[in-house]
Amino acid sequence: MSNAAPLLEVRNLRVEFPTRRGTLVALDDVSFSIAPGEVLGVVGESGAGKSMTGAAIIGLLEPPGRIARGEILLNGKRIDNLRYEQMRRIRGKEIGAIFQDPLTTLNPLYTVGQQLTETMTTHLPINPAEARRRAIEWLELVGIPAAAQRIDSYPHEFSGGMRQRVVIALALCAEPRLIVADEPTTALDVSIQAQVIALLKTLAREKGTAMMLVTHDMGVIAETADRVAVMYAGRIAEIGPVREVVKHANHPYSAGLMASIPPLDRRVERLAQIDGAMPRLSAIPRGCAYNPRCPKVFSRCADERPDLMDAGTTRAACWLYASEVPHG
Amino acid sequence: MFAFIVSRILQALPVLLSVALISFAMFAYVGDPVAIMLGQDYTQAQRDALVAELGLDRPFWVQFATFIGNAAQGEFGLSYRLSRPVADLIAERAPATLELAFTAAVLALLVGVPMGVYTGLYRNSWLSRFFLTFSLIGVSLPTFLIGILLILVFAVWLGWLPSFGRGDTVRLGAWTTGFLTVSGLKALVLPAITLGLFQLTLIMRLVRAEMLEVLRADYIKFARARGLPNRAVHFGHALKNTLVPVITIVGLQLGAIIAFAIVTETVFQWPGMGLLFIQSVGAADIPVMSAYLLLISLVFVTINLIVDLLYYAVDPRLRIGRGKGGH
Amino acid sequence: MAETLRRFFDSDLWFSFTRSPVTVLSAIVAAICILGAVFAPWIAPHNPFDLASLNLIDAFKPPAWTEEGARDYVLGTDDQGRDVLSAIMYGARVSLLVGISATVFATLLGVSLGLLAGYVGGAIDSLLMRICDIQLTFPSILVALLVDGVVRAVLPREVHADIALFVVIFAIGISEWPKFARTVRGSTLVERNKEYVQAARVIGVPKARIMVSHVLPNVIGPVLVVATLNLGLAILSEATLSFLGVGVPPTQPSLGTLIRIGNDFLFSGEWWITIFPGVALIAMVLSVNLLGDWLRDALNPKLR
Repeated sequence: MSNAAPLLEVRNLRVEFPTRRGTLVALDDVSFSIAPGEVLGVVGESGAGKSMTGAAIIGLLEPPGRIARGEILLNGKRIDNLRYEQMRRIRGKEIGAIFQDPLTTLNPLYTVGQQLTETMTTHLPINPAEARRRAIEWLELVGIPAAAQRIDSYPHEFSGGMRQRVVIALALCAEPRLIVADEPTTALDVSIQAQVIALLKTLAREKGTAMMLVTHDMGVIAETADRVAVMYAGRIAEIGPVREVVKHANHPYSAGLMASIPPLDRRVERLAQIDGAMPRLSAIPRGCAYNPRCPKVFSRCADERPDLMDAGTTRAACWLYASEVPHG
Repeated sequence: MFAFIVSRILQALPVLLSVALISFAMFAYVGDPVAIMLGQDYTQAQRDALVAELGLDRPFWVQFATFIGNAAQGEFGLSYRLSRPVADLIAERAPATLELAFTAAVLALLVGVPMGVYTGLYRNSWLSRFFLTFSLIGVSLPTFLIGILLILVFAVWLGWLPSFGRGDTVRLGAWTTGFLTVSGLKALVLPAITLGLFQLTLIMRLVRAEMLEVLRADYIKFARARGLPNRAVHFGHALKNTLVPVITIVGLQLGAIIAFAIVTETVFQWPGMGLLFIQSVGAADIPVMSAYLLLISLVFVTINLIVDLLYYAVDPRLRIGRGKGGH
Repeated sequence: MAETLRRFFDSDLWFSFTRSPVTVLSAIVAAICILGAVFAPWIAPHNPFDLASLNLIDAFKPPAWTEEGARDYVLGTDDQGRDVLSAIMYGARVSLLVGISATVFATLLGVSLGLLAGYVGGAIDSLLMRICDIQLTFPSILVALLVDGVVRAVLPREVHADIALFVVIFAIGISEWPKFARTVRGSTLVERNKEYVQAARVIGVPKARIMVSHVLPNVIGPVLVVATLNLGLAILSEATLSFLGVGVPPTQPSLGTLIRIGNDFLFSGEWWITIFPGVALIAMVLSVNLLGDWLRDALNPKLR
């Protein structure tokens, strides 16, 4: 864990969705922090709560979803209880966001230049001419060729990869300290994914921007992140330095997840897989949510829900690492 | 741009030609124009002379071409009922209908669009619920009943507004306008509301539905994530995207306004083309009917063309070949 | 019979019906309108067409609950001394008759042409669909007006007076067939490629027979919904035509005719002569429309 004062701190976050059939708990007891300039990778299966965590941080949970408990702190100040207008000033300015599908995140009826300049003039004390000059700079920076001409093009005139570069420019142009990137490469061609990730990584390092990188691509995490959080059924299963989690995962679920990645250095006949499926939010089992699928399950797992605890190199939510010996 | 306009005009031509064919068929074969023009007593020789003079003995396609040629010059023959040139009758009546339709359309747009935006943005406010209930009534009530109810309340009971006619009009060259006198403007209020109400509620419901759809889009969420003010998100990003489909349907509805003016003009004895048309239907006055039909279809086709051009102006995705393409 | 009834009350349709108060209310209003219209000759308090019973002394009586109202005439009387309520009941009869007949006519025409276009395809299909396109460019009321006007021009005046009712039915039916034709053509295109049609063709069943006894029963469902939704529209079209004075003949006044006649007395203060037929018309059309909406949603949520 980094020693600097954290840029973002999430404490015991719980997100609920009230429905007609009762309240669904989408996130429960999620705690982590991100240091300035640090890249935190968040991995897990679809529905594990990765994107939900990102949405909660930027204050854009889809209604009726709401934060029921816990706190989110940016630079030591709570931002989870701000009014819409106060939070709006933080979005874009302090926390930038990148969404999954570049084909739908850009407004088709505005040129990329218009979208860049409006973002900058909203947050920075600059005039439109200056904003336009900087917009061209940003387009060059994210690798759009002939930026001075392309600035007046509409999104549909760019390819998918180029559009995601524009989205990255939009997220960074007001110089936020933190970027929440929600599966930024999932919708792109495999050949383009590496380029976009490399760009994101370079820019974040140059600008000193911290990043929460949500993805289900372990390759991207291993290459980009400093630390990684593994999520399962709305909770963090394990969190720690990326090298440790990838090579020596302590939580049985993380271990299973890592074993399912095809290794590059040797041939295997058959990839490991985890039996069963992640439970639906409406049917999370008692005790540890992973216990029905866990190869190392024992009696305590079905009764008590584990919190994150020290597991040597990482912190894991697993009773295997309980310091006191369970009764019985 | 030019090619786009030309292709749209070429697409509209078959419609215009078919309508012209129907108009011509009505004109030429329905009733017996020769008998009507000659009156009660005539000899076969007189009849043959007139038939030859009118060119009714020539082949069908020649007659049709002549008809189109005449129509293009605004020549539609004489009204059976009034024995005056149809073109003159329509020219006299057109300003009244166009002013009424224009006012109704402006009313429907200026009130309908903001109401639609409001009900889309604030779905659960009591005002939205009120607007929605009101629109349900607006869609279900027949136009003529709305007119009658308005007359009963505002003309008969309250006595605030006139119930028929155009009031005083001012001549501006060939055009007579009611926009420049107080009585003309007062006379316009009730008919314009009657004519515009249905379109207003329709536009409101449409804008609301589109707004709800657009507000769920990713680019709206991204605009919020960029910290843009609500005003920019709602009235810039959301409304502009809403307009694309709305323009199409609103365009068609504006065409319908001219057609529905028939009913409104009858209720308010408004001296426009619609009243002329309905009197012609009652008297089987074919030349006026066919001229009206052609004129209306010309209006429809023109409106469709304008809609296409607006569409083109709003949605950059239609402007193919402009960018260099990034693929 | 009892079995059928029991199954009906067990069905989803009945369940969704009882769950929607608006629909139940609409059904009650529609039932009152229809029963009142159908049984008008037996249950109407007066016979507005019996000239002998009319008395001009009774003319312009306001509704019964006002000071000058007479208990005999609940909704007042018109300029001839006719009972407004009875006139409404008889008028609703004509309105319903024309509305239903026009819808049936439009359905028959639309379904046959749609089936033909969809099954035969080719030039016939293109031609029919072009006609639909062009006609749908214009509001249906305009088409109905035009057809009505042309028929008037073709027929001598005496003949027209006798068959005016049929002319209106014809005009409204013509103005609304494209909707049916489009619906049926769409489903026919889907059905014609299904195996049962292929099979029938292989064993040599004649085309006409395949269309009528194999394809038709499978495409008729959506048509019924369109027809229900169309009924309200047809009633309104008739009312509009009659209000404009080119609809049903004055000897058989419909609700639209009553409204037109009453309209002349609006200024002298006899509002009830026009407003009550108007309310009856709204009640009838609105309840039929709401029932149609419900039927559409209940039978197939995907149909829009």
